[in-house]
Amino acid sequence: MGKWFEKHLRSVFLLPCIIFIIIMIIAPLLYNFIMSFTDWSMSIVKAPQFVGLKNYIEVFGEKRFTNSVWHTIVFAVIAITLETLLGVALAILINRKFHGRRVVQALMLLPVVATPVALGMAWKLILEPTIGFANTVVKFLGMAPQKFLATTSFESMFTLILIDVWEWTPMVMLMVYAGLMTIPQEPYESALVDGATPWQTLTKITLPLASPAILVAVLMRLIDVVKTFDIIYATTQGGPDFATENINIYGYLNMFSYYEFGKAAAISVLFFIVVMAIGCGFLKVKSKLEVEY
Amino acid sequence: MSKKNKLLFNSIGKHFLIYIALFLAVFPIFWMFLSSFQPNQTIINANRGIFDFVPTLENYINVIKKYDFLKYSWNSFVVAALATVFSLIIGLPCAYVVARFKLRKASMIVLLVRMIPGISFLLPWFSIFARMGLRDTYTALILTHMLVALPFIVWIMIPNFESIPMELQEAAWIDGCTQYGAFWRIVLRLSIPGIFTASLLAFIFSWNNFMFSLILAGRNTLTLPVAIFNFVSYAYVDWGGLMAGATIITLPIVLLSLCLQKYIISGLTAGAVKG
Repeated sequence: MGKWFEKHLRSVFLLPCIIFIIIMIIAPLLYNFIMSFTDWSMSIVKAPQFVGLKNYIEVFGEKRFTNSVWHTIVFAVIAITLETLLGVALAILINRKFHGRRVVQALMLLPVVATPVALGMAWKLILEPTIGFANTVVKFLGMAPQKFLATTSFESMFTLILIDVWEWTPMVMLMVYAGLMTIPQEPYESALVDGATPWQTLTKITLPLASPAILVAVLMRLIDVVKTFDIIYATTQGGPDFATENINIYGYLNMFSYYEFGKAAAISVLFFIVVMAIGCGFLKVKSKLEVEY
Repeated sequence: MSKKNKLLFNSIGKHFLIYIALFLAVFPIFWMFLSSFQPNQTIINANRGIFDFVPTLENYINVIKKYDFLKYSWNSFVVAALATVFSLIIGLPCAYVVARFKLRKASMIVLLVRMIPGISFLLPWFSIFARMGLRDTYTALILTHMLVALPFIVWIMIPNFESIPMELQEAAWIDGCTQYGAFWRIVLRLSIPGIFTASLLAFIFSWNNFMFSLILAGRNTLTLPVAIFNFVSYAYVDWGGLMAGATIITLPIVLLSLCLQKYIISGLTAGAVKG
């Protein structure tokens, strides 16, 4: 027994993980894929009917779907742009010795690790148009009170984007900061000798050398940002009037509010393909970076 | 401007920006905390001063007595803790083999698993667990939360195991230790800080998970994020209670990250830099 165990250590060690992945990941994904070609509403008496590509055709024809795709793209582009700019700037600011740096870092970490649903609720209260603190500030600044999340205009979407930026900029900051710490001192010393300006040091040394870390941070955010769910579902649930509905929310509502299981499965299959395509791109870039640096 | 003045000015400017960012990062959480001690009449009064209230514990008493938040906290804890433990049990050996035999492809699979949108699982899980009579059980919640915990464990532990010199293990084998024994007595023991980091992150993100619990938790196993969410589905929003509930769920995480920030940061940024 002991000998056999030693000989097959590799398989024995991998097996539990592989079984878990097959049962909890691969089988459900296949199930989901098959369901996307059927018509079913979770009925026990009525078995799923095979309907071919009907669900896919239906989804593509729906304005709500194209809308949610558009929202997902807009959300991702704006959020990632802001998060990268702010995150890199903060990483550079924090990458110098100053008093209380550790405490500052620990506190900045809170939006990243705190429970998203709870944070969503806190924002919901702050952004409440009549009783929220945000409008107290807005009024104090002499501007007209805002509606924030309670409007069908782009304002509600933009507000959610800002919440995402608030939540995840520290993450980008930490990742870029980790990259900055690996930059050796020598280039800075020679730049100092050559009399380079701080701006030159930043653009010619810091940013190029930190670019792998920045790229990884951006791609990691991209993978997560298209999947944003908790914050939106906790605050607006995609409303008002679908103004903040992304693909994830749209798919979820089809499943558990409208019980359109076939259609929901089709949406999640499409979404899965897109996210995995982004993910594979990310892995390619990452392994290329690891070869180069 | 003299050089000294300029330096001082720079330093204030630098700190100023950091402190603004810090204020923005912390304020909403602080506001949630503050509101949780305010009576509802105060919260819904728009024309009050910020600190113009008598602190009360009424919201906390309410959510604990009327809504059973202690039980939900316990549920959240059990699910997150057991999901972490089981993920360690199956994840550590897996990460070890991937690291020792340099199975690069396998480590890519871990990353891909992390990327899969959770929504692709909801429908199959919901229908399979329902059919097996496992909805509203710890089993279903723990199994699904392991999907959150496991990638953290494997992803953080692979580079960790790689950094342990092969010579140490080889020396143990020569001394008559089995491969398994070397893993158990040497590799794991040297990896305790890494295991701690990985477990911490696995626990936090499982504790925070909302989507999986939303469809699988029921009356008996309701976890905190879902319990808080259910609070707003009533017509009248009990803001005080809501903020108290939100504070109850956030506070443990806040304390953990303040005390153990070093570990959390190293876990979160694993993969940002090579190795």
